[in-house]
Amino acid sequence: MTSTAVFGKPQRATLLTPVVTNNPIGVQVLGICSALAVTTRVDKAVVMGIGVTIVTAFANLAVSMVRNYTPSSIRIIVQLAIIASLVIMVDQFLKAYLFELSLELSVFVGLIITNCIVMGRAEGFAMQNPPWISFLDGIGNGLGYAIVLLLVALARELIGAGKILGVVVLPVTTDGGWYVPNGLMLLAPSGLFLIALLVWLLRTWKPELQEED
Amino acid sequence: MPDTQSTRYTIAFAAAICVVCAALVAVSAVGLRERQETNQLLYRQKNVLLAAGLVKADESLSDRELLAVFDRSIHVRLVDLRTGDLLPEDRMDARTYDQRKARSDPAASHTVAANAAQISRVPNYGAVYLVVDPAQRDRILQLVIPVEGVGMWGTLYGFLAIERDTTTISGLTYYDQKETPGLGGEAGNPRWQGLWRGRKAYDENWEPRIVVIKGPAGPPAEDPHRVDGLSGATITSNGITRMMQFWLGKEGYGPFLKKFREGAQT
Repeated sequence: MTSTAVFGKPQRATLLTPVVTNNPIGVQVLGICSALAVTTRVDKAVVMGIGVTIVTAFANLAVSMVRNYTPSSIRIIVQLAIIASLVIMVDQFLKAYLFELSLELSVFVGLIITNCIVMGRAEGFAMQNPPWISFLDGIGNGLGYAIVLLLVALARELIGAGKILGVVVLPVTTDGGWYVPNGLMLLAPSGLFLIALLVWLLRTWKPELQEED
Repeated sequence: MPDTQSTRYTIAFAAAICVVCAALVAVSAVGLRERQETNQLLYRQKNVLLAAGLVKADESLSDRELLAVFDRSIHVRLVDLRTGDLLPEDRMDARTYDQRKARSDPAASHTVAANAAQISRVPNYGAVYLVVDPAQRDRILQLVIPVEGVGMWGTLYGFLAIERDTTTISGLTYYDQKETPGLGGEAGNPRWQGLWRGRKAYDENWEPRIVVIKGPAGPPAEDPHRVDGLSGATITSNGITRMMQFWLGKEGYGPFLKKFREGAQT
């Protein structure tokens, strides 16, 4: 990280590698729990993706800013306090501006605190790197999470309910259409199958990601 | 650079982080509270309209359009639940009255006899949403009353809309509930709520009779007092039956509905 440019090559790499080659869900296998819970509908996945991106970015920024002053004995709890505060702020903001979505998402937004991606990036990256690059790393990892969420949610909402973003794509039989929805897609196990499928596809596409066994 | 490993520094640092985090959380909570409360009120108003069938569940209206429909078609009044009389409109502002808060305020509520719905306190005044003809506001078309009671995991809050005859149900919504998604949570599903439409809340002796059964019920014309059960959610179904019996009964809105029916007030 010797480049002095604000947005030079290392910065771009930090921002973009977590989106595909070091994807937090697909490669680091972090944040699976919420990825199973909020991917039944695309709108939920989008809001959750944005929420996690904002929290990861600002948590990384704040943790990195105080990294040289943080006593190592309490660093984890300091990171948690910062993350928890940010999550509460996001939740308050949702309740004020996206109320009806917040009714369904509040439980999961609270759980961003325990999302391993946020903690993982704060401890694994922001504690060793300066603020700006940490902020980019947070955005990159948040986006990587959001993209996987979006792909899984697209598949689940389409196959499970015949809709995308609430708009009917495949008219289902119960409403007089021809499509028999696959109810399994709306249950948590299908999220596991789809994420496993994505992990497999990603590692087939980029064989260098495969661990030796 | 101070010694970051010393105990004194560690404590000071922890305290500083706490103060900064607490300040940020407090600012966001206080700063956004007004908007959040507006949202909650609007959401309740929307659910009154949903229960009365004035807006559809899949209809997306802006906040302003929603308020316009509400103002045009709904006349909010307060009922003294002990006597069943409507409260004079100049006594209290019915639109800003918070029934949920009143229930837990000893000065604004009273205890009731032990009942199956496990409701121990009832507010002295209960809101009733009179659905009026927009062209002729003293013509009442429907009555919407709030209902609440315990299900499996927590309290379900909703609205029940009834026709002028005070027994034909015209709609039901639950706007706040914590039941198991997919099972008891289906109480919030507009499809299930639609099954209530056209059924009769009271029997011929004006006792609350509507009941959520196990399994499917017949069409409203043949099976007027029974509603399909929620599959896999017996406790939620029973909770809903009990809360209906309670709020339609003599400790709830029963006296008011009786007086309304007998034409003592319109």
